[in-house]
Amino acid sequence: MAPATSSTSSAITLNINGEKHHLPVDHRTTLLDALRERLDLTGTKKGCDQGQCGACTVLVDQRRAVSCLTLAVAAEGREITTIEGVAEGDELHPVQQAFLDLDGYQCGYCTPGQICSAIAVIEEHAAGRPSAVTEDLSPEAAPQPLTPEEIRERMSGNLCRCGAYVSIVRAVARAAEAHAETRTAGAKETTA
Amino acid sequence: MREFGYQRAHDVAGAVALLAADPDARYLGGGTNLVDLMKTGVERPARLVDVRELPLDRVESTTDGGLRIGATVTNSDLAADPDVRRRYPALAQAVLAGASGQLRNMATVGGNLLQRTRCGYFTDLAAPCNKRAPGAGCSAVTGEHHNHAVLGASDHCVAVHPSDMGVALTAFDARISYESPDGPGEAPITDFYLPVSDTPHRETALPPGALITHVTLPAAPVAARSRYRKVRERASYAFAIGSVAAALTVEDGVVREARLALGAVASRPWRARAAEAVLTGAPADGASFAAAADAELAAARPLPHNGYKVTLMRNLVVSVLTELAGEDAR
Amino acid sequence: MTTTTPGPSALRGAVGTAHTRIEGRDKVTGAARYAGEIPYPELAHGWLVLSTVARGRILDVETGPILAMPGVLTVLHHGNAPRLHTDYIGMLGVPPDPTSAVFQDDRVPFAGWPVALVVAETPEVAREAAEALVVTYEREPHDTELVAGHPGAYAADGHMPAETEKGDLEARLADSAFVVDEEYTTPEEQHSMMEPHAATARWDGGRLEVVDSNQGAGWVQSELATMFSLDASAVRVRSEHIGGGFGSKGLRAHQVSAVMAATALQRPVRVVLTRRQTFSLGGYRSPTAQRVRLGADPDGRLLALEHRSLNQTSTVYEFVEPSAGVARVMYDAEAHRTANHVVRLDVPSPTWMRAPGEAPGSFAVEVALDELAARAGLDPIDLRLRNEPEVGPVSGLPFSSRNLAACLHEGARRFGWADRDPRPGVRRDGRWLLGTGTAAASFGAGAAPSTALVTAEADGSFTVRITAADIGTGARTALTLIAADALETTPDRVRVRIGDSDFGPAMIAGGSMGTRSWAWAVTAAAADLRERLAMTTGIPPEGITVRSDTTEALGALAQKERHSYGAQFAEVAVDTATGEIRVRRMLGIFAAGRIVNPLTARNQLVGGMTWGISMALHEEAVRDRNTGGHYAPDLAGYHVATHADVPDIEADWVDDHDPDDPVGIKGVGEIGIVGAAAAVANAVHHATGVRHRHLPIRPDRVVAAAGSAGGAVDA
Repeated sequence: MAPATSSTSSAITLNINGEKHHLPVDHRTTLLDALRERLDLTGTKKGCDQGQCGACTVLVDQRRAVSCLTLAVAAEGREITTIEGVAEGDELHPVQQAFLDLDGYQCGYCTPGQICSAIAVIEEHAAGRPSAVTEDLSPEAAPQPLTPEEIRERMSGNLCRCGAYVSIVRAVARAAEAHAETRTAGAKETTA
Repeated sequence: MREFGYQRAHDVAGAVALLAADPDARYLGGGTNLVDLMKTGVERPARLVDVRELPLDRVESTTDGGLRIGATVTNSDLAADPDVRRRYPALAQAVLAGASGQLRNMATVGGNLLQRTRCGYFTDLAAPCNKRAPGAGCSAVTGEHHNHAVLGASDHCVAVHPSDMGVALTAFDARISYESPDGPGEAPITDFYLPVSDTPHRETALPPGALITHVTLPAAPVAARSRYRKVRERASYAFAIGSVAAALTVEDGVVREARLALGAVASRPWRARAAEAVLTGAPADGASFAAAADAELAAARPLPHNGYKVTLMRNLVVSVLTELAGEDAR
Repeated sequence: MTTTTPGPSALRGAVGTAHTRIEGRDKVTGAARYAGEIPYPELAHGWLVLSTVARGRILDVETGPILAMPGVLTVLHHGNAPRLHTDYIGMLGVPPDPTSAVFQDDRVPFAGWPVALVVAETPEVAREAAEALVVTYEREPHDTELVAGHPGAYAADGHMPAETEKGDLEARLADSAFVVDEEYTTPEEQHSMMEPHAATARWDGGRLEVVDSNQGAGWVQSELATMFSLDASAVRVRSEHIGGGFGSKGLRAHQVSAVMAATALQRPVRVVLTRRQTFSLGGYRSPTAQRVRLGADPDGRLLALEHRSLNQTSTVYEFVEPSAGVARVMYDAEAHRTANHVVRLDVPSPTWMRAPGEAPGSFAVEVALDELAARAGLDPIDLRLRNEPEVGPVSGLPFSSRNLAACLHEGARRFGWADRDPRPGVRRDGRWLLGTGTAAASFGAGAAPSTALVTAEADGSFTVRITAADIGTGARTALTLIAADALETTPDRVRVRIGDSDFGPAMIAGGSMGTRSWAWAVTAAAADLRERLAMTTGIPPEGITVRSDTTEALGALAQKERHSYGAQFAEVAVDTATGEIRVRRMLGIFAAGRIVNPLTARNQLVGGMTWGISMALHEEAVRDRNTGGHYAPDLAGYHVATHADVPDIEADWVDDHDPDDPVGIKGVGEIGIVGAAAAVANAVHHATGVRHRHLPIRPDRVVAAAGSAGGAVDA
């Protein structure tokens, strides 16, 4: 085990799913390895360790990122959410529920990354952030719907070798609809 | 991966001082390329200076109507920026065409400019590569090169620059500002990237230890009608095999101003000035667009297995310019 | 003691009803633990070191400086590793691939061959030490290039006879009104399952326990026991959740080296392959060079059919990619000749990969048929319907059930095939040329001997234990439904435990035979158990357990041609200026036996079709001629289809039933990819008029073909 602090290791605090974890890390340790090997948070998966598959996707300060190319020491001070932290107690996140109901997976290994990514995709779209297939990039353009084409492009950083893309896209669309309804309902309440 | 030190910089001067103290140190931005290269053993820094907390994370309008983009602005923030989308749409499109949502959230503007080639020999320590080990030879010239350079390459290296963003910045005359141990400096992006020559390991004009601080886009009304198109071997999440950033102003059926840059064809984003010269003042029609593409690609020197790129780029230039001219007519 | 009996027969009917996955909640919450994710105290981490030369001998492994690094525990290599027993035939009827029997001698037969394992306290140290280990080699010239007509090629059997022949081929070709004689190639393809191979080995009270990611815990257990000369009862392999397999996850270097290290160090050792390492250690689908000759009479009836296929294998292991087996099932002709040949090269050993033989073989045959249809002026579906055989073209055996025609008819109806204008290159949508294509498919439907344990618990529930593997197929859920029906209860009262070699011998998850083989054993045990329960009045606290073994029942099966069938349809858009191809629509109609769980079965079929898109347009592992190693062996260099490549694929099925299977199952794991790449390639031809016979249909190939000539050309 690395000493607490040296020129090549540090004692750090990681804020994961709202909990603070104090641990010494070798600077070479990625956030992914810190989660899996040090903190027993193995829901985040290692598919390629090179940023080429998306299986290790987590949310860092509410934005999706690949944890395999994030050094643990560089993640200190950030708010990290992993798949273990997206449900509300026993109640699954709507995206998780949609994946379960619509069979948005097969082997399940890319699934935590797909789900974390999908949660962020729905937020990114709702915030008006464009994608490569967004027709009108103009900031004045009316909000554009989260079409299957938009979902596919935005989710393309998450490979699924089992080929469950069709059901994943349906699951994301269903969760996005639920999300939009919640927002609309929320807006109405606010207006009222 | 060898052990390394890690420090966070909180201001530019401090970052530059930290790096100057250690010739084996590297700046760490989003890490999307550097950390990967450390894992494959191509990069072996002794120390990382994390620059993501530097106050360089804003996109600001300049007084002349251009934009000043901080080096730590993430790709995704750059693409979502209203001014970028309004005034330089091809830049937003180029950024959105690169990598994935996750990687764009991490990658920074400065890091994007400095990313290394994805030539497979560069990351294969068992293969000779002049860019990685000067003098070792180039494996691609006699090996796999169907996605290698057709313009501006040398016998020493035929790797292509992987950036999408850089292609759009090149079309729009971006200037790269940096802070070095000897003080600040600036270079137009076309001078920032060095020709391959016999020194493919020397990629930029950045002085040793220098930190990119900003990218400045001069005002360019022509850029408001601009487009980036990228061709790749799958529909998303892949590097380009050819890309075009183009902007066009057409008046009375005549091209008044044109900007054109090509990606994935050279060791650097390729400004197509020969094509621009042909376009300017020419009728905005297919014949002019083809003539412009041919003028630029006359210098192409394809290898045995990448000759298709000359045809691809000609077609892509014509297609993108035709689309832009069509928009202009509306 | 509780008294219980199975529920009323009115409860039957779980099979055929959509059911979400039993382990679904664990998968969406991250709670499902895969092989590399079980913590152990004192766990050590192994990192494999692979050869950098393509052929030669190891002269020296400089372990001294490595062992001196803090945290390094040992370095295993051919100079100090225990000798393994490798001269045996394993459970699947084949000898072990020497690539898995690591560190036995100094020879290097290919680039990426395992030469050492570095074991350290942390993964970071293991990786650094493995990178620092200096291995010196004596290099020998290598040959890594598969070319048609390679002088080293020879006929090889594999799992079927190498060659079949009837009739006078040349004479019937000469008699034919229409002839196709073309060569087709497919590249090296990688399984690229999302979870790289991972195993943790440890000794626990004199017993070796390996937690592994594999397609058959019993299979890997039997191989490890034999290889290490251990009593079978002294080895236990567990594999509960598997992050994809597709044929790659059998006995591999990671388990064997982990066992060696755990034995040497007497502590738990985990070995996980890096993504790059999977390219040379995980097996792959060999590239193929195929030639198809078809001759037909004026009505399109085949008079002559020849299909020859050549694949590569390593110099240490023979593997046949039996592409030429396709026509032995699908199409008859008076003169019929098929041949599978292999050539040994200085390359890694290939292995089974989703629809071995059928995937590349159907590409060649089904494109050739499309070419024949075009030449004969026939509709491609009519052509296939006119060539439906009565009996197995080579075997002469009857078909157990052959519902290909129903698939073609139903698919054509739903796809809107009747409205298709057969002329190529005439439909345009902006910059895109549009086209549609079809292809037929078949895949063997088999079962292999398996055992199952079914327990009636004292609380009225049931426990099924079987050494099955759920590699994403939904097997755990399917077996739950099957057991519920067989026990005349509801799925919620059945607990299915799988992935533990202690549960007894069973078929692996492979050959589309897993669920059928396991279901048979579960059904048999459940039937016995019901008889037992009918004769008892109470269940003791430990429950009542019945064990089944299907060896005898399967041995008694009549010899028949048993297969699943399918009809594939694709619509593509092609921009010939840029070479981009987008699949806009895809439909597959299958006759794949009784569908146990429509939710997961559809996912499997769509997944196979997705593989077909990926095979047609993206996948290609590139080998560098000079180094003999892979070029860019990673998921950025080896493209598999991602979300944006895959449209809203539709898969459905016609009524089908294996008459001799107790549940009527055939299998859905592989049929989905068969013919799918051909349907896409045929659609590209219909869109552009250019015939692509070499996969993948990359943009550069489309651009080069379009640039070389106007009108109908070949690429």
